[in-house]
Amino acid sequence: MKKIGEQTFELEKDVCVVSRCSLVGSKEGDGPLKDYFDFIETDDKMGEKTFEKGERQMFLKTIKSAIEKSKIKKENIDLYVGGDLMNQLVSSNYVASELELCFLGLYNACATMTESLIVGSTFLDSGGATNVLCATGSHFSTAERQYRYPLEFGNQRQSYAQWTVTGVGATLLSNKISSKVKVKRFAIGKVTDFGVSDIANMGAAMAPAAMETICAFFKDTGTNQKDYDLIATGDLGKLGSDILKDLMLEKGYDIETNYIDCGHMIFNIDQDTLQGGSGAGCSASVLNSYILSKMETGELKRVLLISTGALMSTTTNQQGDSIPCIAHLVMFEGE
Amino acid sequence: MGEALLMYLKVILVGGSICMIAQLIVIKTKITPARILVIFLMVGAILGGFGLYNYVVEWAGAGATLPILGFGNSLANGAITAVKTDGLFGALSGGLIAASAGVAVSIGLSYLISFFVSSRTKKD
Amino acid sequence: MDKQARNEKYLAYVEKKSPKAGWFTSLFHAFVMGATICCLGQMFSDIIKSFYPMMDLLTLGAWINIIVIALTILLTAFGCFDRLAKYGGAGTFIPISGFANSIASCAIEFKKEGLVFGVGAKMFYVAGPVLVNGVAYSLIVGIVYFIISLF
Repeated sequence: MKKIGEQTFELEKDVCVVSRCSLVGSKEGDGPLKDYFDFIETDDKMGEKTFEKGERQMFLKTIKSAIEKSKIKKENIDLYVGGDLMNQLVSSNYVASELELCFLGLYNACATMTESLIVGSTFLDSGGATNVLCATGSHFSTAERQYRYPLEFGNQRQSYAQWTVTGVGATLLSNKISSKVKVKRFAIGKVTDFGVSDIANMGAAMAPAAMETICAFFKDTGTNQKDYDLIATGDLGKLGSDILKDLMLEKGYDIETNYIDCGHMIFNIDQDTLQGGSGAGCSASVLNSYILSKMETGELKRVLLISTGALMSTTTNQQGDSIPCIAHLVMFEGE
Repeated sequence: MGEALLMYLKVILVGGSICMIAQLIVIKTKITPARILVIFLMVGAILGGFGLYNYVVEWAGAGATLPILGFGNSLANGAITAVKTDGLFGALSGGLIAASAGVAVSIGLSYLISFFVSSRTKKD
Repeated sequence: MDKQARNEKYLAYVEKKSPKAGWFTSLFHAFVMGATICCLGQMFSDIIKSFYPMMDLLTLGAWINIIVIALTILLTAFGCFDRLAKYGGAGTFIPISGFANSIASCAIEFKKEGLVFGVGAKMFYVAGPVLVNGVAYSLIVGIVYFIISLF
């Protein structure tokens, strides 16, 4: 691996996406991407007693299916990296204990998927590991009760609020088995804080982080938006992606034509999710369904995925602090 | 009949307006609903402390008692009435006594339903 | 450009860019919902008054509150109250129904953590501020009134 410029790293080995799997809840399953997901679960508790246990089952089902599809034996998976939105990463911890794999738990809120891919591909590029599993997810009901109000509590959401996605995405990376889609480069983000303190307005808080990472990547690699078939952000939502387009334009990059936001596209406009989806499961499930499937068919060749994460806690928010945000970028290349 | 109709008009006017003002504050400022509840409660308690809110209650009935202003008013009223009969002890106990029935019913019924109902995922 | 100036400029831009709720409709919804709940309360008050004409205003008010609280908790149990609240906004949380809903929803939500640390400890997780402040104000009013009554 070698460093290019300030924040970008280039992999020297072939790090391939061997298999992938995505699972979403019923609301996401009604959305425009319904044909791309591997599993659509109608029961948010997966037959368990609590939402938290349900979230773990979602992780297990997704990961097991990803491993099965890859034909790699579970014993040959060297590492499992990933995380979720729960305090102390409980969902991933219980899943890791069930899977009996070596585990690194990561937390970058909604940017955890790209963070996992970065850590995973670093291990593969060093040659220390051969197969690495990256999985992240989130669950609307567990996030809602941890970060906001009880589910039956009646309140009006702000017009610029977003909806936590119930979904899990798992990607299996390998440096031995080759496949069509490879991880080529990544850029590690800096924590960015533009002073937004309204937790309902995540899109506005995270957009500057995405802008800084993308600009740094373009500068480091000497490329621009025209060199990529698709630039996808994680969960900025409609408002956040509009802000990002404005910010990028200010920096001299017009990303209007080949830009999508996973959070914006996962729900239909009539699904009453206001600005769209958010959560660690948002970019994870869309990457492992829509984006990677388009790359496997060859429709997309060079893709940038920029997951953005808001790194506050309920405590810092109640104390009036602004929201620090981060964005990591991963560049995929297909054949 | 005309009198009853007039009463309902007053209820609609007062009850509806109080809620509308609160909604206006929600939209126009970044104050959260929880804070607005506390502010309205305080306004009710102040108006109640000066004995002003009872005129509104007489005029608009449930339109004045049901909004949280009425809750603040009844707490303040409870304290004042209790001071008249029990002195300092009344000042300490009056508020909670006035609120006791409503709070007890809320706790009791919520406790009860928690045995039968679990929270469900929101659909929209 | 220093950070403070950058942030201020960005926040002003975000404020302008963020969509505003359709405030006429939302005010109208709040008015309708608030008026409906209050009318319902007035109806119960009339019914009670027809049976007990001598009941004083304070007790009557308390009874109306209790009835609206009970109805709200039942609606919460059946899972329809959050729909009403989404429509009504302040029209549902400013009347006593909001208080009842916040207690009932917490009780249901945290039952999985058990009767002690869940239902017991967290029942007033949302409604707590109202109760705590209400009792504090009543203490202030009572003590001030007591001191005045001494002279």
